[in-house]
Amino acid sequence: MKVLGFLLQKEFRQMFRDKTILAMMFMVPTVQLIILPLAANFEVKNINVAFVDHDHSTYSQKLVNKIASSGYFRVVGSSTSYNDALILVEKNEADIVLEIPAGFERNLIREGSQKVNLSVDAINGTKSAIGGGYLTAVLADFSNSLDVNTKTHFAGREKMQGISITYSDWFNPKKEYKYYMVPGILVLLLTMVGGFITALNIVREKEIGTIEQINVTPIKKWQFILGKLIPFWIVGMIVFTVGLTVMYIVYAIFPKGSIAVLYLFAAVYLVALLGFGLLISTFSNTQLQAMFVAFFFMMIFMLMSGFFTSVDSMPPWARQISNMTPVTHFISVVRPIVLKGSGLLETKMEMLYLAGFAVLLNGLAILNYRKTT
Amino acid sequence: MKQLLAFIQKEFYHVFRDKRTLLILFGLPVVQIILFGFALNSEVKNIGISVLDNAHDINSQKIIERIATSSYFLFKEPVRNYSEIEKRFKESSIKCALIFPPDFSSDMMRTGNAQVQVITDASDPNTATIVVNYLNAIISGYQKELNPVGNVSYRIIPEVRLLYNEEQNGSLNFIPGVIALIFMIVCTALTSVSVVREKELGTMEILLVSPFSPVMVLLAKAIPYLVLSVINFIIILMLSVYLLDVQIKGSLLLLFIESIIFIITCLSLGLLISNVTNSQQSAMLMSMMGMMLPTLLFTGFMFPIENMPLIFQVISHIIPSSYYYIIIKAVMLKGLGFSYIWKETLILSGMSIFLLAVALKNFKIRLS
Repeated sequence: MKVLGFLLQKEFRQMFRDKTILAMMFMVPTVQLIILPLAANFEVKNINVAFVDHDHSTYSQKLVNKIASSGYFRVVGSSTSYNDALILVEKNEADIVLEIPAGFERNLIREGSQKVNLSVDAINGTKSAIGGGYLTAVLADFSNSLDVNTKTHFAGREKMQGISITYSDWFNPKKEYKYYMVPGILVLLLTMVGGFITALNIVREKEIGTIEQINVTPIKKWQFILGKLIPFWIVGMIVFTVGLTVMYIVYAIFPKGSIAVLYLFAAVYLVALLGFGLLISTFSNTQLQAMFVAFFFMMIFMLMSGFFTSVDSMPPWARQISNMTPVTHFISVVRPIVLKGSGLLETKMEMLYLAGFAVLLNGLAILNYRKTT
Repeated sequence: MKQLLAFIQKEFYHVFRDKRTLLILFGLPVVQIILFGFALNSEVKNIGISVLDNAHDINSQKIIERIATSSYFLFKEPVRNYSEIEKRFKESSIKCALIFPPDFSSDMMRTGNAQVQVITDASDPNTATIVVNYLNAIISGYQKELNPVGNVSYRIIPEVRLLYNEEQNGSLNFIPGVIALIFMIVCTALTSVSVVREKELGTMEILLVSPFSPVMVLLAKAIPYLVLSVINFIIILMLSVYLLDVQIKGSLLLLFIESIIFIITCLSLGLLISNVTNSQQSAMLMSMMGMMLPTLLFTGFMFPIENMPLIFQVISHIIPSSYYYIIIKAVMLKGLGFSYIWKETLILSGMSIFLLAVALKNFKIRLS
């Protein structure tokens, strides 16, 4: 125990000596947490529409006005031909081209149905799906409003069997994106800081040569790893606290669930994550190598964590990989705890996963650290 | 010339000596392409849904059947009351709940207005929107079947055409981004670290006292990474074409020329970083945090730029990779020619010449 105390003292001294790295550990996540949610916005709005109106009738004008006033769309131009409108798409100025054919109003009144052409720039899948969906909804709404306007002409018609759908959006009634992004970004930043700094740590002692001095002492392997783990764990918890404070002050998001549960998860997650960083560090020979290996795995962890795209939509093999990364399990509890107020009872499986990772990764790091070469 | 070749050879030795870094250098694009291509779907599937069916009649059953056959939804155990729904949401086992009122069918027949309630987990707003769109389509499809045509007096039928991406290949949007990111890693990060490393180890001094011109020293540093980047570029293109079935619609030559311009920009950035830093760690941090993160954020390949605050949109205009992203998207995916991208090309070339000039001018031939 006394040995561990000395090791901790040494690590803390080293940490406080390098003021730039210390500042970086706290400033970078804080600044990023303030900036990132503003930039990282998946919300689909301001969809740019170009119109090609071959009809020039009252109805086509009404339709254009309806779309323009719906709030989701920005009219970027009306062209006389489809090819002109396509140029707008090619220049990235328009996302959707709506072509209203000649005879639109006449056909609607006479035959009751009319086709319109919707050309969507489909390179960005989410945007095209949501944009196309909005536009289709506005079209349906428009035809319904025509329906109501002329209903009196068709008096005596049999009653329709109507189903109306009411929606309620729980946990985030205004569907604001920041509620989704901020907790996720907090997790990512904690992961980056913790992962990179520990990955570089032991390998640095190797490069400088100071690890030899430790290797010749009777310090046990687990003491050495624990001596590295604890200081960074404390830093991680402080970073997490700072992050929660930023989240509250800047974005007014206060966890709905218990803060104690949140901290419990953070504590276990950090042990697992730092274990992973230390494992990389024991494997690597140079700092450059450690950095690249850490970057490689961090990239995979983050992409697969469900932060960018939902894990449920992944194919089965990818879900397996996703399950095997600690980040996934932490993200999938932080969001529910912060936004929905989930408790330990609902998240106990994730806790088991994280605890398992913590034991496994640190065990491997201890095993892989060799005192003799 | 012979001298230059000897120096380039020396740099290649350095690169090939570190097998692990080399492995990651070529492994990273492969893994990213596979993940983006096969694992990361922007399409929303396997949506967990629970039904609270208070009606238990033929209409509610039919709607449920329709939802079940749509393949987007994954039915979880039905629930009996609202508090169970809340519990499911908190466990994150479902993303939406569908509630039928007790008199669903009779409401439908008599008043012509039956209500179905849909509750979504809007903590993920985009998914919630897409789920609502799906359910809307399914339920109104059922309704149309009950009320055959003729009842609805006006119908506008949208015929949707998906431009540039008829098969809805979700990986399309990511490939240009992956290419830009890899160039940033290989050229900027590795180049800066390799120069700074010579400073740290003290071997830079030997290079500087040699009769070899200092500009040539930098050139010899840059060329191996240029070669590596081009190889990586070819690997990414091959994987996209043969593995992900992405068609390269525009001219391959144009794509290569534009990429070389961007590679030179990245290399200049790397040299610039190595001018101002003295340790490998700070060079790494600068290229990772200062270069890579903006590339991820402000080029528009992950997050739409038009949603960002104005200041970020301004920033995106001074980042070289955002021009490269526009160019490569236009040439590779839309099949446009040079006349559409000359402006971006001009800006990118200007940036690269400027950065290169600054980097070469500031290169210190004296060690302090």
